[in-house]
Amino acid sequence: MTDVALALLVAVPILAATLPLLLGLRFENVGWPIAVVVAAVEVALAALVAQRVFTDGAFVHNLGGYPRTYGIELVADALSAAVVALIAVVTLAVLGYSRTAGPHRNSFYSAFLLLCGGLMGVSLTGDVFNMFVFLEIVGLATYGLVAAGRSGRSALAALKYLLIGTAGASLYLVGVGYAFVATGTLNMVELAAAISEVGYTDPLIIASFAFVAVGLSVKAAVFPLHTWMPDAYAESPDTVTAYISGLVSTVGAYALARLIYTVYTPEFFAAVPLAADALVAVATVSIVAGSVLAVMQPDVKRMLAYSSVAQFGMIVAALGLATETAVLGAFIHLIGHGLMKTGLFVAVGVLASAYGVRTVSNYNNLGYRSPVTVAALGLLLLALVGIPPSIGFLGKWYIGLGALDAGAPIVAAVVFFSTLLTLLYAARLLETLYFNPADEPIEGPTFPGVRVISDGGKASVSVGMVFVAVAIAIASVALGFAGPLLEAFFADFLEAFL
Amino acid sequence: MLSTMELLTTNYAYGTFAIIIAIGLYMMIASPNLVKKVIGLNMFQSAIFLFFVATAYVHGGSVPVIPQEGGAVGEFASPLPHVIVLTAIVVGVSLTAVALALIVRIYTEYGTLDERVIREVADD
Repeated sequence: MTDVALALLVAVPILAATLPLLLGLRFENVGWPIAVVVAAVEVALAALVAQRVFTDGAFVHNLGGYPRTYGIELVADALSAAVVALIAVVTLAVLGYSRTAGPHRNSFYSAFLLLCGGLMGVSLTGDVFNMFVFLEIVGLATYGLVAAGRSGRSALAALKYLLIGTAGASLYLVGVGYAFVATGTLNMVELAAAISEVGYTDPLIIASFAFVAVGLSVKAAVFPLHTWMPDAYAESPDTVTAYISGLVSTVGAYALARLIYTVYTPEFFAAVPLAADALVAVATVSIVAGSVLAVMQPDVKRMLAYSSVAQFGMIVAALGLATETAVLGAFIHLIGHGLMKTGLFVAVGVLASAYGVRTVSNYNNLGYRSPVTVAALGLLLLALVGIPPSIGFLGKWYIGLGALDAGAPIVAAVVFFSTLLTLLYAARLLETLYFNPADEPIEGPTFPGVRVISDGGKASVSVGMVFVAVAIAIASVALGFAGPLLEAFFADFLEAFL
Repeated sequence: MLSTMELLTTNYAYGTFAIIIAIGLYMMIASPNLVKKVIGLNMFQSAIFLFFVATAYVHGGSVPVIPQEGGAVGEFASPLPHVIVLTAIVVGVSLTAVALALIVRIYTEYGTLDERVIREVADD
């Protein structure tokens, strides 16, 4: 009966999202405890699902007992179980951070839980239209959370994200419509069979793939459709940045992977090589553009946002290459990047709460003032560069190897080049943190008999916040040793589709 | 093979879909007014609704309500795209609500809805 866990994973956070608002009428600050209870339940359910997938393989849950021809099914296979586990763990970790860092409003936690439920829905659904609805739930909750900063700039960033994100989701819906017209079904498994019957080179199918790929590339922030991302990351509160950077574009890329491998299948790429080539070409440009733009940013949050553009470029390129090693690399990097980015933004958030610093030049010598946080930040940066042993290394290694397998040495070269650029901006940050002399405190004018008192910034760093950053840093290094385990976990999925 | 005239008279709904979606997209990109951008977004989505409803149409088909005693014969309009459109309309309404709420906040902060002015102010 563990298949009910799939429905609960989606339903629990969405239903619980009403509670902070409802109970908020009576009590103050109930949002956080409710969210933590939900996150703990989600982690337990995700562990249950992952364990069953690992031992027995994929399983499905038909909602309402309707068979897949009429109803909607939730599917847990290796890929969705891994993404679900990531979502559950990151949700709990970010809550550990937000206890002190805030925002503390009840409405914030309602949107937060709604986002969690939407993310779970996208990763579990086996129906392409249902996926659109969950993508829009994710979108709506994210727009609200980005604007939680309450400044005009964050509202502007949220509106920009809303316009671009909704256009992307709508393009995905057009693609779904075309596929539906061609095949008459919306279930992913049935679509795969129906599409091969209709013929991969049917103009409707090719057009539907183009719309779906462009629409989901917006969600995954692939260059040049990434423009919403730096603003949304930089202007939202640190808690929100840590959460959405790890998960929202991750499920966008997951949706793309799901559509490519479950619905269109690699046979589509074999029949229409242009589709795969275009995907790889755009993604390769994305790797270069993201890395170069990241090097140029003075603002740390923007730098990390552009680094995400590059990392998602890598993932999408690997998906387009469609060799076993490359796709394995894409999955590992998808999970690893989500974990590392959350950790990085948590660490950056801790430094921002402690010292109010947001730009690289203000990070002078912080390595000696906050040794633990900065050590975690440094570790995560090195993992992002891809220095072994770390999850970042594993992902890039498999992608690079897969690119060589696929006979695309250019992609392998670009991945290597981007690693050098990542090293450039990571090293610049590390140098500032450890080797630049500390800023001299600015001496203001002194008046006899007048004492200047400062409030010392927002000295609101709790042990929990630092602990989250350290735990994620350790996890991303520890997972670097889990290569064979991850390979075994994804083996069935890869064998079924490639 | 259908002639051009026949294609136009039988498939004009798809042509309208293409035109409206293009107008909506252009409006989102070109209009500097934030509210008009949201209207453009709504047009963009409405075009997609039109597309789905048009695909459901069956010439001579009747309303897809099957009598309880059974025995339904003949052609019916496809109900599934209608359900999809209903859901998508709900999604579109909530998006418009969030967008307008954000615009209200932007207006109180910057005192204008002109994107160019806001960008100038925000960059300072």
